[in-house]
Amino acid sequence: MSTERVVDARGSFCPGPLMELIANMKMMAVGDTLELLSTDAGSAADVPEWVKKVGHEMVGTEQDAEGTWHIHVRKAK
Amino acid sequence: MRILVVGGGMGGTIFANNLARRIHQEMKAGKARITMLSASDQHVYQPGWLYVAMGRATPDELVREQASLLEPGIEFHVDPVEEFHLAENHVKTKSGKVHEYDVMVISTGSRPTPENIPGLKENSVNCYTAENAVQFFHQLADFKGGRIVVAVGLPHKCPMIPLEVTFAMHDFIKDKGLLDKTEFYYTYPIGRVHSLENVAKWAAPEFDRMGIKYETLFNMKEVDGKNAAVLSEEGGTVKYDLLVAVPPHKGQEVIEKNKLGENGWIPTNRNSLHMEGEYGKNVLVLGDTTNIPISKAGSTTHFEAEVAAENIAAVIKIGRPVREYDGKVFCFIEAGKDRATYAMFNYTTPPQPKAPTGAVHAFKMAYNQLYWASARGLL
Ligand SMILES: Cc1cc2nc3c(=O)[nH]c(=O)nc-3n(C[C@H](O)[C@H](O)[C@H](O)COP(=O)(O)OP(=O)(O)OC[C@H]3O[C@@H](n4cnc5c(N)ncnc54)[C@H](O)[C@@H]3O)c2cc1C
Repeated sequence: MSTERVVDARGSFCPGPLMELIANMKMMAVGDTLELLSTDAGSAADVPEWVKKVGHEMVGTEQDAEGTWHIHVRKAK
Repeated sequence: MRILVVGGGMGGTIFANNLARRIHQEMKAGKARITMLSASDQHVYQPGWLYVAMGRATPDELVREQASLLEPGIEFHVDPVEEFHLAENHVKTKSGKVHEYDVMVISTGSRPTPENIPGLKENSVNCYTAENAVQFFHQLADFKGGRIVVAVGLPHKCPMIPLEVTFAMHDFIKDKGLLDKTEFYYTYPIGRVHSLENVAKWAAPEFDRMGIKYETLFNMKEVDGKNAAVLSEEGGTVKYDLLVAVPPHKGQEVIEKNKLGENGWIPTNRNSLHMEGEYGKNVLVLGDTTNIPISKAGSTTHFEAEVAAENIAAVIKIGRPVREYDGKVFCFIEAGKDRATYAMFNYTTPPQPKAPTGAVHAFKMAYNQLYWASARGLL
């Protein structure tokens, strides 16, 4: 059964949301999904770019009323 | 109150000394007691290993007896914790002793795990242990020219090392007169040369000026030692003559074994520094071993330790904590040729690094000695 993990990278300038995501993806099994919380507008662009390049899967991206990005990614390989 | 400190490195030591100063009256009166358990009788200034790798220091210069750094009254045992019994408020050590606590502070640090990337351990050098730093220096000193590749694993300790080690090697090779025979190739996991955007904006033109090539979005997948090549998750292949790694890290095995956190990272509240979950009320976590999404650095650890000490002292004296950790980090960045700059930031304010100067480098060199005063809780 796949499980969802939440990575709260709000307020993280270093290592930052994308590096937090990459490190967490390594701990996941194929098929698992992850929700990344980010306050960095750049994440909405650089996360999909990396996910596509490596061959994982973007599930969806939305921004809430407080401005936090919720980015859902599935580990595909 | 019985305060138990697990770990005699940066976080544990700064915390215990700072707290002991604040509550020495209560300790004298027998109302409070600080006990520290560590895995070693030595205290190592790890940032010095970068200088060891460049032949500018030897490992013995970076070590002090842990007992000599502690405030009087702190009970110290070299007896690593093997079992955490959080529901019973006690730990069990290697020697079989049981230590009970009212408050426990965990600062057991992190460890490089190059073995987690196939081929990396056997085919690369790094400056993440004293032994490896010495080996790194030997390889660099014997280097006759070719391609030096820097490759970065995640997560890692000290976010400035990828840049610093590159600038430092550039100096080393230049001084040896081998610059025209050497190509530097820097790789980095995300789409710029450093996680901090403003640092990346400064470093990329520095690389261009020095002729250092770089490839971004490069996460090591494996190292093919036979063909001297690093393969990336993104599908890239980079050939090397000398491979310099910033290895991926994990927290300590004892943390994983006791199921305190996946890969040894303990889920920790980013403001109160309490361990998350049922037993977190009287457990605080400092330094590398937290899962807080900020730099695994000595400065992070230092600022966290100060907040924790002030709060525990306040709990003893007035019944409640007084401060929250705001995510403060201060990192020097050695920029080569005896110049340095720094990055200071917190959860809400990004850094604005300035152009490197000789004065900041001189301050970093002084800090390398001042560290011992800092560990004693004096700075
Ligand atoms: C090459 C290098 C360069 C660096 N440069 C910088 C820099 O320029 N600036 C900066 O801010 N930071 C730098 N750092 C990072 C900094 O050294 C660490 O972030 C810092 O030491 C973390 O402190 P800590 O207390 O979490 O862990 P540590 O200082 O690693 O201490 C961990 C302690 O826990 C003990 N321990 C382990 N297991 C047990 C157990 N089971 N029971 C009890 N005790 C245990 C160990 O013996 C040790 O005493 C650098 C690190 C390296 C390797």
